[in-house]
Amino acid sequence: MSKAKVGIVVFPGSNCDHDAYYVFKDVLGADTKFLWHKEGNIEDRNIVVLPGGFSYGDYLRCGAISRFSGIMQDVVRFANNGGIVIGICNGFQILCESGLLPGALLRNQNLKFLCKTVSLKVENNKSIFTYKYDVKEDIDIPIAHGEGNYFCSEETRSELIGNNQILFTYNENPNGSVNNIAGIQNIHRNVMGMMPHPERASDARVGKTDGLRLLQGIAESVV
Amino acid sequence: MYVAKILITLRKTILDPQGKAVEHSLKSLGYDSIKDTRIGKYVELKIDEKDESVARTIADEACRKLLANSVMEDYSFDVIKSEE
Repeated sequence: MSKAKVGIVVFPGSNCDHDAYYVFKDVLGADTKFLWHKEGNIEDRNIVVLPGGFSYGDYLRCGAISRFSGIMQDVVRFANNGGIVIGICNGFQILCESGLLPGALLRNQNLKFLCKTVSLKVENNKSIFTYKYDVKEDIDIPIAHGEGNYFCSEETRSELIGNNQILFTYNENPNGSVNNIAGIQNIHRNVMGMMPHPERASDARVGKTDGLRLLQGIAESVV
Repeated sequence: MYVAKILITLRKTILDPQGKAVEHSLKSLGYDSIKDTRIGKYVELKIDEKDESVARTIADEACRKLLANSVMEDYSFDVIKSEE
């Protein structure tokens, strides 16, 4: 039995929270609960998920308002104490806005909202997130975003490469991201953000299952 | 009372695809002399302070902490006295 205790943070406007909950709770059998941004308590959790959606209507910038919600102060403290945090899509944007991950997500270069399955390459499998994949393995995961164009300074880009922080890249860059980046981890290797949706590719009954090993790996990394 | 009029734009080094699309439309209207189009945001803050320099400091802090993301955006602002 997994020792994972997963908390799915719910902001006003989150809409992939139930998908993430379903995979952790029903597919993987982990102790999982929702954490409403105003009253959620992350104390007894050992994995925190920031799900996809349009928190606070994407006002100002995607993730900019969520960053200052009460629970994010707790999430930042949790992450700084080594807690495992993953941000998917809007969750990735929130992690960048809050400074837990470097860089920012710009409008897609072709200005379109992209909703399709794309091919990713696993760039690094020596992480608590990706160890169930082979390095350079190609996996199919859906994307659904209008602002997924990962951008960072040249200096940050060199650091990401030098420190092996890039976890996933797009085989065909859909949005203009630098270095085809689809997902990264922080330097301490306990915080991960990605634009594609592994929780939407985790049950054969609704399509692909290439995302399951990611979420399963994270759940099983808690011992 | 002061009003801060804040302009936020993508940093110069970042491609602004929305600006480019609008620029193409302007060109199709015949405005050949328009050479660059950048799209940004305008934010107006009413600041209840007596001292202009304090109002400026507050506007600057608001930009740095929330209104602009320095990874991808630049900002500038004017602070003007308001009677309201």
